[in-house]
Amino acid sequence: MSSDVRFTDFKSDKQPTWCPGCGDFGTMNGMMKALAETGNSPDDTFVVAGIGCSGKIGTFMHSYALHGVHGRALPVGTGVKLANPDLEVMVAGGDGDGYSIGAGHFIHAVRRNVDMTYVVMDNRIYGLTKGQASPTSREDFETSTTPEGPKQPPVNPLALALSAGGSFIAQSFSTDAQRHTEIVKQAIEHDGFGFVNVFSPCVTFNDVDTYDYFRDSIVDLDETDHDPTDRDAAKDKILDADKEYQGILYQNEQSVPYSELHGLDSNMSEIPDGAPDGATDLVREFY
Amino acid sequence: MPDDLNWAIGGEAGDGIDSTGKIFAQALSRAGRHVFTSKDFASRIRGGYTAYKIRSSTDRVESVVDRLDILVALTERTIDENLDELHEGSVIIYDGERTEMQDVEVPEGMIGLDVPLQRLAEEAGGAIMQNIVALGAACEVTNFPIENLDSALEKKFGSKGESIVDNNKEAARKGQEFVADEYDHEFDYDLDTTDNDYVLLNGDEAIGMGAIAAGCRFYAGYPITPATDVMEYLTGRINQFGGEVVQAEDELSAINMALGAARAGARSMTATSGPGIDLMTETFGLVAQSETPLVICDVMRSGPSTGMPTKQEQGDLNMALYGGHGEIPRFVVAPTNIAECFHKTVEAFNLAEKYQTPVFLIADLSMAVTEQTFEPDEFDMDAVEIDRGKVVDEDEIEAWTDEQDRFQPHFSTADGISPRAFPGTDGAAHMSTGLEHNSLGRRTEDTDVRVEQVDKRNRKVETAREREDWDVREFGDPDADNLVISWGSNEGALREALEFLDEEDIDVRFISVPYIFPRPDLTEDIEAADEVIVVECNETGQFADVLEHDALTRLKRVNKYNGVRFKADELADEIRAKLSAEEVTA
Repeated sequence: MSSDVRFTDFKSDKQPTWCPGCGDFGTMNGMMKALAETGNSPDDTFVVAGIGCSGKIGTFMHSYALHGVHGRALPVGTGVKLANPDLEVMVAGGDGDGYSIGAGHFIHAVRRNVDMTYVVMDNRIYGLTKGQASPTSREDFETSTTPEGPKQPPVNPLALALSAGGSFIAQSFSTDAQRHTEIVKQAIEHDGFGFVNVFSPCVTFNDVDTYDYFRDSIVDLDETDHDPTDRDAAKDKILDADKEYQGILYQNEQSVPYSELHGLDSNMSEIPDGAPDGATDLVREFY
Repeated sequence: MPDDLNWAIGGEAGDGIDSTGKIFAQALSRAGRHVFTSKDFASRIRGGYTAYKIRSSTDRVESVVDRLDILVALTERTIDENLDELHEGSVIIYDGERTEMQDVEVPEGMIGLDVPLQRLAEEAGGAIMQNIVALGAACEVTNFPIENLDSALEKKFGSKGESIVDNNKEAARKGQEFVADEYDHEFDYDLDTTDNDYVLLNGDEAIGMGAIAAGCRFYAGYPITPATDVMEYLTGRINQFGGEVVQAEDELSAINMALGAARAGARSMTATSGPGIDLMTETFGLVAQSETPLVICDVMRSGPSTGMPTKQEQGDLNMALYGGHGEIPRFVVAPTNIAECFHKTVEAFNLAEKYQTPVFLIADLSMAVTEQTFEPDEFDMDAVEIDRGKVVDEDEIEAWTDEQDRFQPHFSTADGISPRAFPGTDGAAHMSTGLEHNSLGRRTEDTDVRVEQVDKRNRKVETAREREDWDVREFGDPDADNLVISWGSNEGALREALEFLDEEDIDVRFISVPYIFPRPDLTEDIEAADEVIVVECNETGQFADVLEHDALTRLKRVNKYNGVRFKADELADEIRAKLSAEEVTA
């Protein structure tokens, strides 16, 4: 790890193909800055991406990366981190990837509390397939597959995370570069599963949850007296359907990550040339 | 033919049938006798009939037979379920004081030993030991030195304290003495002991042990019959070698966790059965496309759907060969006995890393949950070889970079195998993806690059065909006109079947095939034989299908896989070229 890493070192030579104005630009820039400012380098970083517009991030960033199947990015990140705790693991996905097809994994990744960061680019729409309802779309949001709106309440990812025992739950806004970077940095530095839901507006298919909407409605927790270590206060904020909060909703400062609880500290890629010492004892067990 | 004894204990699930049977199997093994076990069981936790059966001989035993000499029956149904296997002179041990056993009628010609199992167990210290009383009774019937049972009890209960062990020994003796005192039968059974040391294990345990021997450090799985024993075996043990078992939320997650660990450079695996393989299929393509070494174990059971979860079938062969959309290069290895489960697991890890590809390790229920004795030398840890394939470190990166100094993890080499750099290697940061990609791992839809990468991945299979020994296992008469071919756990039963046939002067050559893909070309063997019979535990003959496919005269093929549809003029050209080639060779 070198200390002179700049955030542009995390940029690949591939120009992003997101629509001009897409919130994902800001989300990614903040991630790269946060990685650099926490002392990571591309060679020690592993980015896992899902499927969707957000999933392209592995291509636009420079690091070790896997762009996997739809919804399974968190399990991949879990395997990477447990196999080599020295790697900085960052998992990125969208609201469809994380809260619909991958919702089951999300809850269990939160419970497992592996020391990695999960950044969700939440645009409340399916963009790559050209505009269908996502699990975070509003109840009355009209799309090609929900002409009268989904008529179901949107998923509240922060509430899911809190109820599953989340140890770091935050929300940011992709265009507020400084705050977003700061929040992702804290998620990286958190000992455990750092979850950041990022409002990352889709300028092409979502004319409701727009930059203007978020600018007008976001309440920054830093400008309130919110205590992120107070779980009850976090619960009240998270269940408050009338507000869009930015900041750290909840952080358990006593969080012990999976690797520490399970005594994992070795790089599993290093193995001997033959059967490991003590393997013959395994045979003797069967006498 | 082994001079064998066939023994069983049966009752309701929850009666401790499995652990009692295992103790007796252990006692026989410790007495230097060979053991082969099987289970009749229902998947319910309690209720229903279940039995643990042991075939034992001083010679090696490789199969079950339809004969039962001694039956410990805890329920009346146990006797009914086994009427076909019981014979004149069979001994049935039961507790006539048990309410539901008071009206038991011992079938004619059989010897009923009414032993108050529960009462004697209570006298020894607790009713929980009633099955052990039955084992003591069985020792008396078979003239088997009870000290061997003591040894097995010490292994089983040693960790619970001396008094527990002593109480169990006492319970066994009460059973033994009761039979000796109350019955004056001359039993036909006389179990010899030998000085041989054997180990007793099942296929799932052999797979788990093979994984640790091979350097596997990461296992993710979701419990499922009959693969759970692999996970339970590894839990705790793999940690002693710096590894970890993760119980995932489902099989979708399990295979992706295992994939992640493999991307990080760990030798990694998952194991499941049919329903889990269905879910994991989603990720097969990604494993192959990203060229990740991964061992995926399928311990087959009866399908389809939930099927018969505790019953035997070899029905997933097509799934292993063809499962997943698109065309996925993969290896399929199927061990043919329990010791081979160990060896083929080690080999699967080497194949996975040498060829950077998914390797399916296909076992089946009858092998997975069957215990068998082996010479400990058959699991020689000193003979385990590890080949990690084309792993490059930071000093070697430069040889594999492009003109812009970018590492090329999917570089198209002559043998199809690209360099592999573990994350953390300086200067080799790269991505990989399920999308078609170029040598850098970046997405592309360029038709030439697509063809180059498809060819490169498939070239690994051709390279493996040439470099590896895809040996078959041969038994019987090599010159026989009759050829029997099989795969998986049928090998043991077939080997003994050959002995039966030999007594009738029927000569058979038997080829047991552990490699399903790539596989040895058996066309010449098939053509040289008068009769060819393919034996497998499924209805449609999935392996017979692939062998028939191999033996077919090849059809000419026109293929296109660059992502562009066929065009009329192009097709005319292709067909003309194939036709003229025919004329040239004609």
